[in-house]
Amino acid sequence: MAGTADGTAKKKSAFAGALSAFSADIKEIGTTFAEGDWKTRVSYLIMGFGPILRGLYAKGWALFLSEILFIWYMISFGGQYISKFATLGTIETQKIRRKTVYGDNSFLILLFGILTIVVIAAFIYLWRLNVRENKKEQDRLRAGKALETNQKFLFSLLDENFDKTLLAIPVLGIFIFTVLPIIFMICVAFTNYDDKHQAPTHLFTWVGLENFRNLFSFGTSGFGKTFLMVLIWTLAWAFFATFIDYFLGLAVAMLINKKGIRFKKLWRTILVLTIAVPQFVSLLYIMRMFAADGLVNSYLLKWGLIRTAIPFWTDPALAKIMIILINIWVGIPYLMLIATGLLMNIPEDLYESASIDGANGWQMFWSITLPYMLFVTGPFLLTQFTANLNNFNVIYLLTQGKPLSTNLAGNAGHTDLLVTWLYKMTVNDTNYKMAAVIGIMVFVVTAVISLVVYNMLPSVRDEEGFQ
Amino acid sequence: MNEKKYSSMSVRRAIGNAVTYAVLILVSIIWLFPFFGLLMTSFRSYESEYGGMIGYVIPKRFSLDNYRFLFSGENNYLRWYGNTVLIALVVSVLQTLMVLCVAYALSRMRFRGRKLLMRFWLILGMFPGFLTMICMYFLLKQFGLTQAGAVPGLILVYVASSGMGYYVCKGYFDTIPKALDEAARIDGATRARIFVQMIIPLSKPIVIYTALTAFMAPWCDYIFASYVAFGNDKSYNVAVAMTRWVWTNDYQGYFTRFCAGGILVAIPVTILFMCLQRYYVEGVTGGAVKG
Repeated sequence: MAGTADGTAKKKSAFAGALSAFSADIKEIGTTFAEGDWKTRVSYLIMGFGPILRGLYAKGWALFLSEILFIWYMISFGGQYISKFATLGTIETQKIRRKTVYGDNSFLILLFGILTIVVIAAFIYLWRLNVRENKKEQDRLRAGKALETNQKFLFSLLDENFDKTLLAIPVLGIFIFTVLPIIFMICVAFTNYDDKHQAPTHLFTWVGLENFRNLFSFGTSGFGKTFLMVLIWTLAWAFFATFIDYFLGLAVAMLINKKGIRFKKLWRTILVLTIAVPQFVSLLYIMRMFAADGLVNSYLLKWGLIRTAIPFWTDPALAKIMIILINIWVGIPYLMLIATGLLMNIPEDLYESASIDGANGWQMFWSITLPYMLFVTGPFLLTQFTANLNNFNVIYLLTQGKPLSTNLAGNAGHTDLLVTWLYKMTVNDTNYKMAAVIGIMVFVVTAVISLVVYNMLPSVRDEEGFQ
Repeated sequence: MNEKKYSSMSVRRAIGNAVTYAVLILVSIIWLFPFFGLLMTSFRSYESEYGGMIGYVIPKRFSLDNYRFLFSGENNYLRWYGNTVLIALVVSVLQTLMVLCVAYALSRMRFRGRKLLMRFWLILGMFPGFLTMICMYFLLKQFGLTQAGAVPGLILVYVASSGMGYYVCKGYFDTIPKALDEAARIDGATRARIFVQMIIPLSKPIVIYTALTAFMAPWCDYIFASYVAFGNDKSYNVAVAMTRWVWTNDYQGYFTRFCAGGILVAIPVTILFMCLQRYYVEGVTGGAVKG
């Protein structure tokens, strides 16, 4: 992409293209009906009717069955939820003479309402497919060609349509366990679903942008100040965690790779141990090591270096530094592995000609090694950065976001990242509405950084560069 | 003159190497110390010495009390261990299958909506994973897959969305020449046959890498595992159970037992990892370069 102007032009034309494709689609549905025979026309109402009569049973029955299923789903299940979707339920759960009479369950209405909307969309798509299929068959017959047989259709699922077979289960899994929950939570951000509005005993309802207003309100009860603080720490953490680890990992890799250094494999194995041992074992041990009554403080006291225990985890600034330092312990081995592989790819003759020209080690590092590494690992650094924005394990195992502060809203602590804050709001406070808002903000931050940085990367702009 | 210069250079090189060795030894000590401390603490008896935090590393008397406690039946350690092994094995197999399927379809086939699908998944990946937790918990609960049924429930959670992690694998498939596919297709092989009989055998390193990372992840998962098992002691995995030992108020008494439990978790996982390290390195390096 040459620049933003080109980009917007492309986007505009893409939008116009989609619009014209849509109108062409509508037109085609009309002409297919006008020019179609009676089998095709009946298929508009009874899906798969045409293919069945034309002898394509596999396709036809599949379409017909999906229509039956859809109608059954709407009548027995989906219809009741979609009709209450606008209010998320109006009948409160009541206690009448010690008996609980359940009213509407806002949670179910929201979740199954979304599901039903998606099912309807999928059905419309299927219906369109049904029309297209009819047209295709009709055209073939009119042209005097034979129809594709059932056997051939089923066989094609292992050959030219193999992608559909392969992707069916993954796409379904991702839909149910990722797409549906994400849409649900995005909707929750626009409701008042929290500890006072817990389904099924209480209703919750749409509140528009109220939660977002709360997030950006800097009053005493607002989340504004806390959000800003947590956001800044999240960005700072991701920056340090990514770049300190990167450069130190590179340095360690270069030390090990240095000519004349022996036992290369041993050094590497020692470092790699950190990756192999599950993090909850190593990090929890290290967390305890630096506790007030932990090993480090005990030894320092015993040797008389300090008088009172150093508050590694209870002092906000110190806790932040500790997290970054311990993350170096976690991060260097990965970077060392990656850098080792890449360093070997740098052509040896580059260094040789540089040393003939009289360059010393530092100069070679600055003008050959570093530019090469940065160029090759640019996209990796970006993914590493966004992964660190969401680095839950290190923070949660070490501090759980502590030390807490009374100045911060939503039970946030000084070392909380946006994601750990989100987690605590979900699990401890059941403040779902604000958790959903924070989740959306995490997405916005990640997406903006990814987009901006990705377009700035030298290896994206100039693919030929070092090749 | 020349000889003098040469000798001064070799002296400088020797000093440089000595410094490098010193740094590497220091680095090794820092990196190994936590593991050493963990091992030593696990040998400290919680009965005759003390089960909590203490100001020295090497125990006064080596004992296996902590290990005995793990196998004593006073707790569900073996159950937790079994849960984790089961989850890890099943997830490893199923996730590898999912990833291979997606990677092959996206690398080798050109179909309508391919670019759209890839972009959509990329955007989905930018949402934090725990955002979906409440909803996921509810969905699992509908099928009785929480608390007592947490083990199959967790397997479902881990596997269901794993198709989105296809990048490294697709990157590898992209490097296998397409001419091979075309030649096989001319000979009459179907796509399915090419996938099973040609691409998968050619991709052994990446298959092992995928299976290995899928196997290791459930050992470390605290978040989903604790949320889905919620309070049901018997369905915890080791990460949840051990973390609770450290975080309970009487961690003082359980710290050595945590260390012993942690050592028993770490040993098999570490051995497996070390054996397959070659493939892991290939996977992460390839993934880093292709982005």
